[in-house]
Amino acid sequence: MDSSDVAVRFDGVSRLFGEVRAVDRVSFSVTDGEFFAMLGPSGSGKTTCLRLVAGFEHPTEGRIFLSGKDVSDVPPYERNVNTVFQDYALFPHMSVQENVEYPLMIRKLPAAERRRRAGEMLELVRLPGFGARKPAQLSGGQRQRVALARALIGQPRVLLLDEPLGALDLKLREEMQVELKAIQRQLGITFIYVTHDQGEALSMSDRVAVFNHGRVEQLGTPAEIYDHPRTAFVAGFVGISNLLPAAVAERIGAGSRSFSIRPERIHMAAPTEPAAEGRCSADGTIRSVLYYGAQTRYLVGLDAGSELTVVTQNSDASGLRAAWSAGERVRLVWLRASERPIEEGVET
Amino acid sequence: MSAAAWQAGRADPIARFARYLHSRPRLMLALLLTPPLLWLGVIYLGSLLALLAQSFFYIDEFSGQVVRELSLRTYAELLTEPNLLVVARTVAMAAAVTLACALIAFPVAYYIVRYASVRLKALMYLGVMVPLWSSYIVRVYSWKLILAKEGVITWLAEHLGALWLLEAILAVPVLGGPSLSFSMFGTFIVFVYIWVPFMILPIVAALERVPRSLMEASADLGAAPIATFRRVILPLAFPGVVAGSIFTFSLTLGDYIIPKVIGTSHPYIGTVVYAQQGVAGNVPLAAAFTVVPMIVMAVYLTIARRLGAFNAL
Repeated sequence: MDSSDVAVRFDGVSRLFGEVRAVDRVSFSVTDGEFFAMLGPSGSGKTTCLRLVAGFEHPTEGRIFLSGKDVSDVPPYERNVNTVFQDYALFPHMSVQENVEYPLMIRKLPAAERRRRAGEMLELVRLPGFGARKPAQLSGGQRQRVALARALIGQPRVLLLDEPLGALDLKLREEMQVELKAIQRQLGITFIYVTHDQGEALSMSDRVAVFNHGRVEQLGTPAEIYDHPRTAFVAGFVGISNLLPAAVAERIGAGSRSFSIRPERIHMAAPTEPAAEGRCSADGTIRSVLYYGAQTRYLVGLDAGSELTVVTQNSDASGLRAAWSAGERVRLVWLRASERPIEEGVET
Repeated sequence: MSAAAWQAGRADPIARFARYLHSRPRLMLALLLTPPLLWLGVIYLGSLLALLAQSFFYIDEFSGQVVRELSLRTYAELLTEPNLLVVARTVAMAAAVTLACALIAFPVAYYIVRYASVRLKALMYLGVMVPLWSSYIVRVYSWKLILAKEGVITWLAEHLGALWLLEAILAVPVLGGPSLSFSMFGTFIVFVYIWVPFMILPIVAALERVPRSLMEASADLGAAPIATFRRVILPLAFPGVVAGSIFTFSLTLGDYIIPKVIGTSHPYIGTVVYAQQGVAGNVPLAAAFTVVPMIVMAVYLTIARRLGAFNAL
């Protein structure tokens, strides 16, 4: 597996803090030029994995390879990897220009070249002319861009991003998602992106590793992760998901295995809707209605026990606020092919 | 409680007064600020101005009485050679003490902030603070015993076979003397001991404000630890060093007890002020001498500012 197109490889890596296994026997590879997301709730070990790549932490067990070279004991300043920190970590006593030039200044490059390349980088992140300002004079989004320029100027093989958009407001976050993706494609650098936001992970990355309890629960393309969640945890963490226990599945005639189903795959109909081939149906009562503008989300209590979330698109031109209201009796219908069996015995 | 009662609130005089103030924020501010401003303006700055005024009076050499007329005669006396030598000696001592305090305090502060566990941190804070709670005079006199010819240091040097080193140190002209407790080295050591907590605490405060992520960022961007120290940690902690040096520098400039108890009989600004306002009864000259540290500190802070010591604030 030591082919030259593997940028980062984890080989049975564990990181213990005292008795706590923050990272637990993790193995995976990141391909050169890939946009790789590490997704998981806080405390799932994703940030520790990122810090292991950067070199701020060293593995307790296992080895880490960068471009095929074992770097498990190499300090951060000797790794060809740069980080965009969650709090940006801009040097407050330096101007934007000095911050961006910092890696080149450390490498003792001539001042003229430093200035030229820093100018190019500020251009890339769309902050030309901001060089003279101090970080304190910038907005959160602008600091984010400076941190990005500073991390990219040394032309790293891998760029690590630790929840880089976490502190930005929604609008700016969506803008930066598009921009980050464009910059990654333009430069062809491997991005490893840590986030707890499943939407971000799905929309930006080539592949996603879902972390839970220090382990990689599932690794795959966004479509694989969303459409074929292997465990109940992945199904629940990525998108909204309905989990039907085996007992309920049996009562509504949907086999004897527990399964998950996405809310947008469920059709909501009047209780008179006839059954059809290849479909499964279950009757229930609407418990609550949440209106989101483009969509409406219903919580339906099944007669057979358990609750299902159903999402309907409000694409009807009549513009009625919600077609159904709480307390109404409904029949839920879905294709058997939409059911995703869940591995048993996996704790959530 | 009915809605009407809720809106009316309490009706007692205190509540009425509070409501009155609440709607007049300026009046409240004035009431809060007047006592401390009076203290600062009248007692603190007032006495300082009185002192300054004294330095422009002069003493009648014949009668020994203070003549209350504005004159620069006292300053002319201050600028004579023996007095200038006192100033130079004091400033040199204060500079050396400050430098030594900074060199000792920085690693200690850095250890407290970056490496010490919570328990050890508390212990180290105690270690820095506890000496400040005990009597200054007692500590100075104990140092006299430690540094004396029959003291611990001589004994230790004897047993380590380093007596020749001690003798070599004491043989240095001007700075040396018959024993450490009767030498400028001794004065220096005790000054450093007494003032070093005032350097440690501000540096700790400054270092606490430097997030760990800045050090990680520097390493991440290719800087080895020494470069990170020089480019990131030191510039950001420097305001703390300057704050600490203001303490050590000005405290050394004004102190009169340590040079009296430990060291040679060479006078310092503090001992001269003490002698002039007491035995000699020349209050104007004493006042003029106390103006010197103020001017020195003003010059010092201006230079520090020019050098960019406060840029990271």
